[in-house]
Amino acid sequence: MSLPIAPKPALRRFHQARWDEPIVFELHTPGERGVLPSRAESGVRQAVGDVVAALPASLRRAQPPALPEIGQMRVLKHYLRLSQENLGADLNVDVGQGTCTMKYAPKVNETIVRTPDLSELHPLQDQGTAQGVLEIIWRTERMLAEISGMSRVSLQTGGGSEAIWANISMIRAYHASRGEGEQRDEVITTIFSHPSNAAAAKMAGYKVITIFPDADGYPDVDALRAALSPRTAAIMVTNPEDTGIYNPRIREWVELAHAVGALASYDQANANGILGITRARDAGFDVCHFNLHKTFGTPHGCGGPGSGANAVSEALAPFLPGPVVEKVDGRYVLDADRPQSIGVVAPFYGVVPNIVRTYAWIRALGAPGLRAVAETAVLNNNYLMKRILEIPGASAPYATGRRRIEQVRYSWQELFEETGISSEEIGIRAADFGMHYWTSHHPYVVPQPFTLEPTESYSKAELDEYADVLAEVAREAREQPEVVRSAPHNQTVHHTHHDDLDDPERWAVTWRAYRRKYFGEGATVSAAASDEEAA
Amino acid sequence: MTLGLVVNPFAGVGGPAGLAGSDGADVQREALRRGSRPKAGERAAAALRVVAAAHPDAEVLTAAGAMGEEAALAAGLVPRVVHRAPTPSTADDTARAAAAVRAAGASLVLFAGGDGTARDVARGLPAGTPVLGIPAGVKMYSACFAVGAAAAGALAADRLAGAASPTAEAEVLDLDESLLRAGRPEPRLFALVPVPIAAGRTQARKAATPASEREAVQRAAAGAASRMRPGVRYLLGPGGTTRELGRQLGLDTSPLGVDVVQDGRLLARDVTERQAFDAIAGHPAQAVVTIIGGQGFLLGRGNQQLSARVVAGLGAHPLLVVATEQKLIDLAGRPLLVDTGDPALDARLAGHIPVVTGPATASIYPVTAVATAATPIEGASECV
Repeated sequence: MSLPIAPKPALRRFHQARWDEPIVFELHTPGERGVLPSRAESGVRQAVGDVVAALPASLRRAQPPALPEIGQMRVLKHYLRLSQENLGADLNVDVGQGTCTMKYAPKVNETIVRTPDLSELHPLQDQGTAQGVLEIIWRTERMLAEISGMSRVSLQTGGGSEAIWANISMIRAYHASRGEGEQRDEVITTIFSHPSNAAAAKMAGYKVITIFPDADGYPDVDALRAALSPRTAAIMVTNPEDTGIYNPRIREWVELAHAVGALASYDQANANGILGITRARDAGFDVCHFNLHKTFGTPHGCGGPGSGANAVSEALAPFLPGPVVEKVDGRYVLDADRPQSIGVVAPFYGVVPNIVRTYAWIRALGAPGLRAVAETAVLNNNYLMKRILEIPGASAPYATGRRRIEQVRYSWQELFEETGISSEEIGIRAADFGMHYWTSHHPYVVPQPFTLEPTESYSKAELDEYADVLAEVAREAREQPEVVRSAPHNQTVHHTHHDDLDDPERWAVTWRAYRRKYFGEGATVSAAASDEEAA
Repeated sequence: MTLGLVVNPFAGVGGPAGLAGSDGADVQREALRRGSRPKAGERAAAALRVVAAAHPDAEVLTAAGAMGEEAALAAGLVPRVVHRAPTPSTADDTARAAAAVRAAGASLVLFAGGDGTARDVARGLPAGTPVLGIPAGVKMYSACFAVGAAAAGALAADRLAGAASPTAEAEVLDLDESLLRAGRPEPRLFALVPVPIAAGRTQARKAATPASEREAVQRAAAGAASRMRPGVRYLLGPGGTTRELGRQLGLDTSPLGVDVVQDGRLLARDVTERQAFDAIAGHPAQAVVTIIGGQGFLLGRGNQQLSARVVAGLGAHPLLVVATEQKLIDLAGRPLLVDTGDPALDARLAGHIPVVTGPATASIYPVTAVATAATPIEGASECV
């Protein structure tokens, strides 16, 4: 009896595909081709001559590149199989990758960015023929200025950390312009601010001072007072922090920084809980940035391309990276003649497809819609927090009992002490239920951490499903720990051992490096090959 | 990879009996008379059950009876008895059992007990033998304990799995319980031992971090070295991080004692309180201290040479505090503690202090005087 359809069980009986698909290089079959280009007609050949004769010897390969030769259908099958062997954001309830804001990236925007009007633009074509896209860039900048309360915006950077780098570069240029560059050599951040703030400041040559939370779990304002001095160049903070805790004294933090002549930089990469509710400039911040791929619904891709937006006050506007788009007499022009600018920090004018997606996303929602995004994300998060904290062994350290904004960094420490099952093992078991759950929680402050961020995209039913999975895994940890410990059971791969990924002698990020390090192939390594690997 | 186990059957019996410790046969008899039941064997079995789940066939090198054999059997593992002690066993038996399991080939020695047990185990082992404490004692100032029995078992299971698990150097502190019962805790630093750590297992793939706690220690020490100034006389306190500082300075400093350093030269090694006091008289001076033990003490535990009058003689900024960020994180929000015995001085030291974590990094962390800290001694029994 096939009908009626049997009801589905409460917990999904997920099973990931396992194709045992080889690496694409291993599919190499000499002579196979994906496409056979036709030979040019003899008239064309005669007219053009030997087109490669002009290539200097230094650009010619002695050996052809070791690319795999594979038929077209086999390539298609290869990538379709790989796509079945992962838990993509469009497949699972992707709330387990907290801090990354894995919201829905509307598919209609993909159609928009694939129109030839956009995809066939070249960054070097005459500005007069690119007025439409320049207008979109200009309008997106204006909208982000309004959302942040700032004066000017640059969309040039290709990701969050690059945007943070632009923030500290502008801060450095600002102090240098006032003759205080030497004196101000310290940057203050908090332990739960995104670590790229500390990293970028360090890279820019600053000493970094980290503030730990106060006894209530909030950023410690007395510690800030102790850290501030005429040597302070800036405070660089995330708010809400990666714990989901909003600093209720954030305006006081900014005022304290300003009182010693320091600037205040606001990491709003993830502004999902505060869109339309608070603005960086209203709290006095001088600089902030957004990640368009977090807050504004552009896809994360496979680690990129992302897109960053730097927003600054009037006083910092001259330092924005560039060129910037200006509107002059009804025309949009690129202005690269800005003597105080920190200059070019990324190619051309930013990741244009993501800027267009952002523009479409904001215009589709409107101002009330942006606020509804934040309100829904916060509601979803606090609902999920209630469900998670009902699971025995789960807790939310710091600011215990208070509401969180858009995400929560939880802890399985109680469960771990009781069962010896770690957060990492729980995450691997969660994958057996088709749920992504990651374990990147730098710095490793909260013991046995997990960070959930439901965003506005998920329904109550999906949040319930995710919580039910974690509750089930926690139950298994107590009653059938061997099931969790030996997980995954329904997944493509078993365990990845990070040791190999942490050791420069053993990691292999290219096929060539893999063959060399493990099979001794091509032992003569040129400097260029090493550089490629380092990249 | 072979596991060793030493259980101190009397660990913890003095606590419930209100005896502030369990050292010595008289105290143990009194505790048992007052109704205390030893728990160390149960704790050890709880840890070994986690090991057994991952490695059902693991062999445990241990001592006969209550000193480990019974716990291994209770956890369903196979004990191999390599030492037999008379009943009731003594502190020397703990040390001898540790030596025996090591000699039989244990590459990690698990022990169940408190500070006194840790001290005896460390005494019985050759330097550099990894150990891990299953918390079961009354006093646990030492930093060589896991957070709980299951956590100790999980770390041991990881190590048995052959993972190149990192170790960190941890202090073994113990105090003279007769003094504690008289009122004032004055634990001394007895040893530095490697303990397995879990840090890094689930660390970020997003940000560059020191690959190991050892590298973090090196960076912190380099940070302290870069902040040392000419003409200043430094009192280098004990601890793994300050020992690394001495190594970077090219000096043969004492790991467990206080040394006097100025302009890159070792002026005096392993000084007494009085020698430290005399050494700083009339000189600009500063003490370089690190976090000693699991409770967050900067002064007053394991470095009593840095007494109240010594610290008072160091001037306006008496302390250069150096530690890895992980050590601060391990405090789980609890403040750093000072207990020089002079409440007025401790109050002056309280507040927020920079903790050097690297050449270009520091953290601002609260310091509290023990007299005003919430429950320091209770905190000591909740080992970290």
